[in-house]
Amino acid sequence: MTITELSPGLTLIVGSLLIPLLRGRARSVYLVLLPLLGLVHLAQLSTGEFGVLHFLGLQLVTLRVDRWSMLFGWIFMIAALISAIYALHLRTALQTTAGFAYAGSAIGAVFAGDLMTLFIFWELTAVTSVLLVWAGGTASAYRAGMRYLIVQITSGMLLFFGAVIQFKATGSLAFDHIGLDAPGGWLFFIAFGIKCAFPLLHTWLQDAYPEASEVGTVFLSAFTTKLAIYALARGFSGTELLIPIGAIMTAFPIFFAVIENDLRKVLAYSLNNQLGFMVVGIGIGTELSLNGTAAHAFTHIIYKALLFMSMGAVLYRVGTVKGSELGGLYKSMPLTTVFCIIGAASISGFPLFSGFVSKSMILSAAGQGAYLITWVTLLFASAGVFHHSGIKIPYFGFFGHDSGKRCKEAPVNMLVAMGIAAILCVGIGVMPGPLYAMLPYPVVFEPYTASHVLGQLQLLMFSALAFSILMWTRIYPPELRAVNLDVDWLWRVAFPSAWRYGVGLWESLLASAASVLAAKSANICSLVARHRQADGLLIRSWPTRSMAMWVMVMLLAYLLVYYIGK
Amino acid sequence: MNRPRNHRHAEARRWLDYPENVRKIYFSVWIGCAILLLLELMIDKHAETTAEHWFGFHGFFGLIACIALVLAAKLLRRIISRPENYYDHH
Repeated sequence: MTITELSPGLTLIVGSLLIPLLRGRARSVYLVLLPLLGLVHLAQLSTGEFGVLHFLGLQLVTLRVDRWSMLFGWIFMIAALISAIYALHLRTALQTTAGFAYAGSAIGAVFAGDLMTLFIFWELTAVTSVLLVWAGGTASAYRAGMRYLIVQITSGMLLFFGAVIQFKATGSLAFDHIGLDAPGGWLFFIAFGIKCAFPLLHTWLQDAYPEASEVGTVFLSAFTTKLAIYALARGFSGTELLIPIGAIMTAFPIFFAVIENDLRKVLAYSLNNQLGFMVVGIGIGTELSLNGTAAHAFTHIIYKALLFMSMGAVLYRVGTVKGSELGGLYKSMPLTTVFCIIGAASISGFPLFSGFVSKSMILSAAGQGAYLITWVTLLFASAGVFHHSGIKIPYFGFFGHDSGKRCKEAPVNMLVAMGIAAILCVGIGVMPGPLYAMLPYPVVFEPYTASHVLGQLQLLMFSALAFSILMWTRIYPPELRAVNLDVDWLWRVAFPSAWRYGVGLWESLLASAASVLAAKSANICSLVARHRQADGLLIRSWPTRSMAMWVMVMLLAYLLVYYIGK
Repeated sequence: MNRPRNHRHAEARRWLDYPENVRKIYFSVWIGCAILLLLELMIDKHAETTAEHWFGFHGFFGLIACIALVLAAKLLRRIISRPENYYDHH
């Protein structure tokens, strides 16, 4: 078996085990070399199915190389490289080891050709990534990590049961198009939907990502959810149900993002919103929309990482990313500010930035497919994402009211990582050709038409106008130190409270039943006792004449019964 | 972690520290909007949906959408906002 028959995910997973053994400069060099080695490994691959294993009568395909898996393989490896450079300032090995094992698992999952291999890597992404949440180091990070782990493992178990049902029904473990009507289809759908943060299944994302360490969130933002997008695109392309789900996903998080104070949580909400665009693309299921989803996953990973890196740098230097505590940081961190603005411009889809060339494909697909409500929702979400990610993040973080906080610029390694991501954002935006050439289907789409550019610029400029009017009139809600409830309130507060209330009610019911019983049983006992005392009914000595009379009564009764019975 | 220092005194004022410059930014946004509306008259639009043929559709849609978004979010805050340590007590 040569290297071209091994999953590139294994390069990172096996390679990550060496990280704790290295120290100082050697480790830094190794952390950069490892993902570069992974990129070389990817470049060696050729299309086809490799690494076929036979295990207990099952056929496992550990390496399936096609245009879908290669695209996600490339972007995951690039994200691993950027994250590794961003993490070079760390003195401990835990986060980078976990991060590389996590990235490797995600890459292993996208190259998996069968459901069992997918399941194994799917669960590996869960157990490796939770370490990055726990690396946040606080008690609340620990609890959020536990919740995150439970949700992720549940998703894996559903995937496993789906695989078993498919195998029993068809005798095949192949991971191809599934559809809702297939055996186990709904199990797969919900398993992917949990990891993809579908509405109501989404809160693990906003719960865990802002609690992770500054490096951890950068790793986390790239892999888990985009792996779910990949799995949905393979298994459920053209599933109409995904269109309304995706449209809701684009719209509802932006309301939360507007009033959220923790700027990394704002980014987590906008991550959710961006996933919605990709889900809509999968649901429409045309070549244009699927290309749009693939392209958007690619560009999104880079600009989202860039935004999380800029906020991570602020967290590292200032110690907080609360909007209410920040402001005026452009004076201390000018380069980080510029990188953040580039990320913000990309996510907002400004022409010449990467988000524009990918998101407009999905919008066009929705418009051409006459999904009018969806199209309007996506347009609303595009304006909204500019409002909270494009304006709010840079404004409250780096400009706005000067908090008086002064700190050093971000460490060099962070600046380099942000610089690479920023160059990619602008590069893809200016020259989308190379990205389009990698997409799953041939691209017949021109993003830079006068109509597209003008429409998008109008949308963004007038959104900025709305922001300026709202700030001018002081209608814009100020950043407040507060938490906002989301549906996870149900299982963090409501269900436990209801459970405690129910248990309390049950216990008091039991107690009152017991006291009633106790009173009753006391009565019975005393009755029994009374009749068994020396002068009680059953114990006391009776006179002979009364005995004779009772015998006579009995005989008379017997006679009576005898005559009646006759 | 490097703790930030507070020293507002003896620091040169930046361009953005002057209110009149902030006002310039506001004005430039308004002018930008006006220019984009004028540009629409000059280009040849090829739209995918009917709405896109309406003059200034994207602009006015963005303006109204964002104002509605913020007003709705303010209402939402009244319902779901809790003290910062809310979950510590539950």
